[in-house]
Amino acid sequence: MTAPLEEFLRARRAEGRRLLVPYVTAGIAPGWTDVVRAYADAGADAVELGFPFSDPMLDGVTIQEASDRAIAAGATVRGILREVAALDVAVPLVAMTYSNLVFQRSGAEFCAELRASGVGGLIVPDLPLEEVGELADAAAAEGVDLVLLAAPSSSRARLREVAERSRGFVYALTRMGTTGERGEVPEAAARLGRDLKELTDRPVLFGFGVSNPAQAADLAGHADGVVVASALMRRLLDGAGAGELGEYVASIRRVLDQGARWAVHPATAPSPTT
Amino acid sequence: MGEMSWSGRRGVALPARAMSDPGVTGRFGGYGGRYVPESLIPACHEIEAAFREAWEDPEFRNRLDTLLTVYAGRPTPLTPAWRLSQELGITLLLKREDLTHTGSHKINNVVGQALLAHRMGKRRLLAETGAGQHGVATATAAALLGLEATVFMGERDIERQELNVLRMNVLGAEVVPVTTGSRTLKDACNEAMRHWVSSVDDSYYCIGTVMGPHPYPWMVREFQRVIGDEARVQCAAALPVGVPDYVVACIGGGSNAAGTFAGFVDTTARLVGVEAEGGAAATFGRAGVLHGFRSLVLQDDDGQVKEAHSIAAGLDYPGIGPEHAHLRDGGRARYVTVNDDEVVRALRCLARTEGILPALESSHALAWVIRAAKSGEIPAGSTVMMTLSGRGDKDIASIREML
Ligand SMILES: Cc1ncc(COP(=O)(O)O)c(C=O)c1O
Repeated sequence: MTAPLEEFLRARRAEGRRLLVPYVTAGIAPGWTDVVRAYADAGADAVELGFPFSDPMLDGVTIQEASDRAIAAGATVRGILREVAALDVAVPLVAMTYSNLVFQRSGAEFCAELRASGVGGLIVPDLPLEEVGELADAAAAEGVDLVLLAAPSSSRARLREVAERSRGFVYALTRMGTTGERGEVPEAAARLGRDLKELTDRPVLFGFGVSNPAQAADLAGHADGVVVASALMRRLLDGAGAGELGEYVASIRRVLDQGARWAVHPATAPSPTT
Repeated sequence: MGEMSWSGRRGVALPARAMSDPGVTGRFGGYGGRYVPESLIPACHEIEAAFREAWEDPEFRNRLDTLLTVYAGRPTPLTPAWRLSQELGITLLLKREDLTHTGSHKINNVVGQALLAHRMGKRRLLAETGAGQHGVATATAAALLGLEATVFMGERDIERQELNVLRMNVLGAEVVPVTTGSRTLKDACNEAMRHWVSSVDDSYYCIGTVMGPHPYPWMVREFQRVIGDEARVQCAAALPVGVPDYVVACIGGGSNAAGTFAGFVDTTARLVGVEAEGGAAATFGRAGVLHGFRSLVLQDDDGQVKEAHSIAAGLDYPGIGPEHAHLRDGGRARYVTVNDDEVVRALRCLARTEGILPALESSHALAWVIRAAKSGEIPAGSTVMMTLSGRGDKDIASIREML
């Protein structure tokens, strides 16, 4: 078992590294755990595992299709967790799924099962601050970091509360919309990154629409790193295997590392306001 | 079921707050709430604040009443089903939502929400639709108020409900086919939510039933309570005891039933919601979270949501409004199911005995009344007030296949 998610990410960041968290829809195809290993070998700082849900309200077409495919292939929470427990990767794993799967039995039971399978973090996109209480307590009790989302539409007061109550990292949404590849990086993302960095020293990662290495580097410059999902899952749906996906993650890694090298002077302590 | 679940109902003090304001958390017991992404929270707050303000504002209420009267055709009559009553040995009164403009109760909610969206300065209405009735109602209200309308509809429903797609187009609405998931109503809801997230600044999501994140289940019930409020007054005038023994309505998400029950929840009337056997979340569902709220949901052991199937596209929703789940748990309302065959027989029966062609959805309520009256579950001599939620013209093609 690796160090707790947040501790791990903070340590990586302290090395001057931009954080990279690639995503895979769990259970999408028989060898899907190879993809997790390939990500880890390619320089991921954590891996996000999407537990497929029939009605993924916040996902665009790519992840919807990936989820449908995984469900059709017979993926279940228990089955996925069994495979995850057998995985031995050197970076933390973060589960991403919707409330209905989390609350099937109880939030506490779900978190206990995650922990038992070596999953250190949990993201539930349809669980805003208003509804998060019970699960936050259960996750804390089980030592699972419950990652909360911050949106461009969030008020300053809500951002502060999200930053305070989130564990692991703060998941900053680049845009008002669903997951899915997009052309440009919106201005709102830069502003959200700046606001969050002012409010917290917890790692802040951007997600949604990170579509290529250049964008990843651009966004990572406004926070501590990025989550990359649809760009990878589209490749997977188009037939890419673990090796190819690993290479793509490695290409993002290289650009992030270059960006980090000239964005942060080695002699300058990272300042939260820039 | 049977008498047991009713025992003690009469004369028992009813909860003072039954079907009232669910407060800022939007909870009906353990159900309801606001399970949406952080990005949508400000929009939910904005709508809740706007609705609270509008609902207290005599000016808004006045505008709404005027539109419901001069445009939508309210109040709708309470029609005795003379010949069928005699046949069944009961007194059956029909609340005629089929006589409203666009032909179903959906217009009550949509005029209310469109007026609210207009007041909030929104330009466009988003809506999901299954059978197309809510889509048509939304397109209608948008045209009335000079708003744009975008309606999300599953590809499979588009094939099944061609005429309603055409109606929406003629009314100037854009109909967006939903090609993901099961390509039916639940997927249309997902897609509408997704679009709402990316266009909250100028768009208003006009939800068609008592579902969705707070304040929708409450707000839609309030916009539909005109059904129950009118019916209560009409029953008081029509019935010697003033209050019917039974109040019955069909349930898809549960909006016509919620509006109907709201008018009678504090009386001695027994409230009965009738679901399609293949979409009966109150009977076969388990607690879960779907489309932004917690309620009873049809789902498999792993928590994947199932599709609902029935002859009435408007009832094919795998969940039920959170307030109904709460009314069920508390025993204040009872939820039953009927099958497709009974429904078609009920439709034919009403057409022949009363000259009224009910929607297949509404025929579910009627099918239960007929069955229960014949079995004695509704004792002879009882009075029954049933909401006839819509007219059956839209169903002629499907009925032809069944006859
Ligand atoms: C005529 C009619 N009745 C009932 C319903 C079911 O909706 P609800 O349960 O919200 O009243 C519909 C939905 O399309 C309908 O068209």
